[in-house]
Amino acid sequence: MNSGERIFDIRNIRVTFDTPDGPVKAVRGVDMHVNAGETVAVVGESGSGKSQIMMATMGLLASNGRAEGSVTYRGQELIGLPRERLNRIRGAKITMIFQEPMTSLDPLYTIERQISEPIMVHGGLSASAARKKALELLKLVHIPDPERRLKSYPHELSGGQRQRVMIAMALANDPDLLIADEPTTALDVTIQAEILRLLAELQKKLGMAILFITHDLRIVEAFASRVYVMQKGEVVEEGTTDDIFHRPTKAYTKMLLAAEPEGSKSPVSAGTPILLDANKVSVTFSSGGGFFSRSAFELKAVQDVTLTLRAGQTIGIVGESGSGKSTLGRAILQLLPSEGRVVYQGVPIQGLDRAGMRPYRRNLQMVFQDPYGSLSPRMTVGEIITEGLLVHEPTLSAREREEAAIKALEEVGLDPIMRNRFPHEFSGGQRQRIAIARAVVLKPTVIVLDEPTSALDRSVQKQIINLLRRLQESYGLSYIFISHDLAVVKALADYTIVMKTGRVVEQGPTEEVFRDPKSDYTRALMRAAFNLKEVLKRPTEAHA
Amino acid sequence: MFGYVLRRLLGAIPTLFLIITLSFFLMRVAPGGPFDRERALEAKVLENLNRVFHLDRPLWEQYLYYLGNLARGDLGPSFIYRDFSVQQLLGSGLPISIQLGATALLLALLIGSVLGTIAALRQNSWVDYGVTAVATFGITVPNFVVAPLLSLVFGVWLSLLPAGGWGNGGPANMLLPVITLALPQVAVIARLIRGSMIEALRSDHVRTARAYGLPARMVVIVHAMRAACLPVVSYLGPAAAALLTGSVVVETIFGLPGIGRYFVQGALNRDYTLVMGTVIIIAVFVVVFNLVVDLIYAALDPRVRYD
Amino acid sequence: MTDIATNTPEVAAGAPVKGRSLWATAMMRLRRNKAAMASLVILVVYILAGLFGPMISPHHYATVYPDYVRVPASLEAYPREDEIVPQAENVLARTRLDINSIEVDGNTLRVEASSEREIDPRVTRYLDRSDIFSNARITETSADGRSVVMEADVERLRFIFGTDGNGRDLLARILISIRISLMIGALATGVALIIGVAWGATAGFLGGRVDNVMMRVVDILYALPFTFFAILLVVFFGRNVVLMFIAVGAVEWLDMARIVRGQTISLRRREFVQAAEALGVSSGGILRRHIIPNTLGPVIIYMTLLIPKVILLESFLSFLGLGVQEPLTSLGVLISEGARNMRSAPYMLLYPSIALTLLLFALNFLGDGLRDALDPKDR
Repeated sequence: MNSGERIFDIRNIRVTFDTPDGPVKAVRGVDMHVNAGETVAVVGESGSGKSQIMMATMGLLASNGRAEGSVTYRGQELIGLPRERLNRIRGAKITMIFQEPMTSLDPLYTIERQISEPIMVHGGLSASAARKKALELLKLVHIPDPERRLKSYPHELSGGQRQRVMIAMALANDPDLLIADEPTTALDVTIQAEILRLLAELQKKLGMAILFITHDLRIVEAFASRVYVMQKGEVVEEGTTDDIFHRPTKAYTKMLLAAEPEGSKSPVSAGTPILLDANKVSVTFSSGGGFFSRSAFELKAVQDVTLTLRAGQTIGIVGESGSGKSTLGRAILQLLPSEGRVVYQGVPIQGLDRAGMRPYRRNLQMVFQDPYGSLSPRMTVGEIITEGLLVHEPTLSAREREEAAIKALEEVGLDPIMRNRFPHEFSGGQRQRIAIARAVVLKPTVIVLDEPTSALDRSVQKQIINLLRRLQESYGLSYIFISHDLAVVKALADYTIVMKTGRVVEQGPTEEVFRDPKSDYTRALMRAAFNLKEVLKRPTEAHA
Repeated sequence: MFGYVLRRLLGAIPTLFLIITLSFFLMRVAPGGPFDRERALEAKVLENLNRVFHLDRPLWEQYLYYLGNLARGDLGPSFIYRDFSVQQLLGSGLPISIQLGATALLLALLIGSVLGTIAALRQNSWVDYGVTAVATFGITVPNFVVAPLLSLVFGVWLSLLPAGGWGNGGPANMLLPVITLALPQVAVIARLIRGSMIEALRSDHVRTARAYGLPARMVVIVHAMRAACLPVVSYLGPAAAALLTGSVVVETIFGLPGIGRYFVQGALNRDYTLVMGTVIIIAVFVVVFNLVVDLIYAALDPRVRYD
Repeated sequence: MTDIATNTPEVAAGAPVKGRSLWATAMMRLRRNKAAMASLVILVVYILAGLFGPMISPHHYATVYPDYVRVPASLEAYPREDEIVPQAENVLARTRLDINSIEVDGNTLRVEASSEREIDPRVTRYLDRSDIFSNARITETSADGRSVVMEADVERLRFIFGTDGNGRDLLARILISIRISLMIGALATGVALIIGVAWGATAGFLGGRVDNVMMRVVDILYALPFTFFAILLVVFFGRNVVLMFIAVGAVEWLDMARIVRGQTISLRRREFVQAAEALGVSSGGILRRHIIPNTLGPVIIYMTLLIPKVILLESFLSFLGLGVQEPLTSLGVLISEGARNMRSAPYMLLYPSIALTLLLFALNFLGDGLRDALDPKDR
């Protein structure tokens, strides 16, 4: 289909936002086109301006944004087109699905009404005809029990189902072009794979062109025929998927491709001393039960999980959202009330209170997922890093603490001069380095890493992974590495535990688990993560 | 839904009971009594009065007696308006207060939401700044400043409208009091609508509606407006309860026979039953309007369930 | 934010870089807000007026001038030029002398008088008795003592805001009212702040059952018609300033408690608090270093908006006649007096109304400005 007619043409588009600190150029002159029926991917890291181009073409820029340049759809200029005329194209000929399935649908109206509205507006159908069409569309996107779902509200649907509803809306008026803006980023890998498979299948059936915006090279490789690579508001490189992935010419593209985590860790020998031994750890959350109400709702977040961490070992805990992997990490560190038995270097620490745990805290450290939320906003970086020293080495003078902060910052590759600054002045990757420095400054033996790389771009992710490796080698650290990202776990952990809904599904040495997964669930995870292309070829079955 | 309403109303009984008890005893521990005059009454007369009004009994007995009467729907006789029972006083004043308050509320809702919506749609334009300035003015200037000024300008200087008086609720008599009551509500509603409308217009689902080429009118009215109404609905419960139970300031300045004055007059004169009656009316209005608000909220937002 | 460095080592190589805290950024934003800055200036003027105004005002707020009851506001001094002679005639009529001439020269009144009998030098007292004249003296006495020349200083008084129904200077009364209003605003907000923060932080930090009970109490108190309870308190336990602000503060702490509790709970869930727990920081340390500094922003915002609310409530109570007692006064009392006299003396309503409105405006604009500066998401 690559030789199809050119239907969508972007010429020298520029997007500028007026901010209190002056204009910010988000897109600085980009050329792009889409031919009929083809699948084009735009790939770039956060802040590359890839989404803003699409917002500009669809007339959806925030009120402080301006677009210049030209975007034509079948010869019709879209930039500066009066809203009434633009409305005849958007939602009918060009449709769009968004990243946030949780918020992109109006919470106050039923699915039926939301799918019907564009059908009625563009197709001039009656309400009952629109309803019939909506039902057909829900069947088309394989939503189970479609009659009932028409009457549902968005909050009654799962994230994957909502994204299916969005796709149904997008297909309602037989569009020429579907713009998909990170449509699977907020979803778990297995759901992600299903949505992508659905999109691929529908494209084959209906023949529309897809413009797919993503930061995820895996998806691009499996899904697109042509690729634009964007950086800082400009297109760095373009070409067929095959060319870009196998014969990249630009340094930035090469860097992106090389940013996929690589390497592996060899297992520790069986005789290595055990540091941390967790036996049958369970965590139960009760919610709802207010002061006067009798019926409390109970959720078993973690059930009977056992793990043994040896010196220098990295255990990777893998699972999708709701699998209980983060809860498990916190329970082991006694940050949550839990049942079971946790022993650290021969001392049982299960159930110790705040004061009882204090002597062990210095050895058992934690790094959190959100680099924006885990640093206290009103403390300087120096204060943040040395806070643990206040607790564990109260005799240190202010000067000695400062020296420790300098050393720790150097350790994680940041300039020590920055210790007087506040967290909001740093990028995500820098903040995660600060969080690691805060843990390392105490010279711990075990660090629980709770999705430390998930909020970061791939290239930054790789730097953090390398940093963690280096620190492990220098200090003989042991890690419990919690992540939903199999590629990262594969690169970093020597032992892997796969969790689902609070239980361990599978565990074993990383190499074994990844080479020969035993359970169906692990196999599905692996396919979605490493073999997306194959997944997209399989026929779709209805799925919740 | 009926069961839910019933449960809510039953659930309000302990709260009402607490309010009644608290008010009753708070008032009685305070020094002074209803028959303290500049010139002391004769001992015999005072004794008689106290016996007639059961004030010679122990406090707990009076309390039980009051509760008993209340259960039969009897609010007791007024101590200062000797010829009237509290029911009669409230019965004649309440309709007037409700009439004024409801008119003001409707007016405020209409003007406030239109102003707020216009401001939100033209954010950071002179219209927006104008509405914001008017809203700040309405919130800032107290009603006891607005009322006399309106009365002075329109009643005394320009002689366009009566400076006060009820006159059987003629529109000319109602205009100034209603404006005084509505002004701060217009301001609050306009601000609330503006804020929530701006938020709604920026929300992802409104972006979706735009992306699907829905007409601008439909985007604003169907998708943004409904979400933007929710904070106003929550605000309206307490506001309506306060408005409908009269305003002592407006009634004093314009000389209106509503029930707003009774509380202050009653409190100043230790008219126990009148104060209790007013407190109960206000508390009932608060309870009822909170319930109404929750019902409206649930009707507007499918995520809210009755439970 | 042009001077935020790019965080690269080369930039940072020079002199130690001082980071810019969120507070500094907020102050920078506030300084750009013209309405807020103008409000700040007005507020400073009010504070100075409240502190020093009553001291430097030419009239004491309680001094009564019976000759000048309800005189309109004017920049001219009283008595007016053309009023002096009639006034003098009026007074001198009582001396039963024959008045030959009355002249006014600047601030001096000159009277030539004669009589058939010898004139008692004490006649000057008649002049002194009036508010207008003072220091009356006899400058010349004829040889026979039957005619005299008297001089007296004309006391010129300015009432630029006029006087009230008792003949007290309105400006002095407005100044003392501003002092009272600001004092009550500050003290009552302080009371609300202490109760509210302590209650809210305790409930939010302890959580669970304690939180449930404490917040149930707040809910019940919310259901009470609380303005009326403030009235009750004041009516039954006497009118005095201290009680007033306790009553007002006790009414207004509920919102503060809710805000602080909400903040505390959301902060407890934040990862940096969990991170501190993982470091082994004690509860005290977490409260001191992580929770309190981060609740400060919303608390300060709420406080600046609470002060006008409190001043308004105090004025409202004063308006109803439940406020401070004579001869002290407050803006609410003045407005209420003005409303009663608006037909004959509209300035008595206008000036206190303007004074109160301007103060409330300044406080509200400043509060809004602070909120925008500290929490800039809605712009």
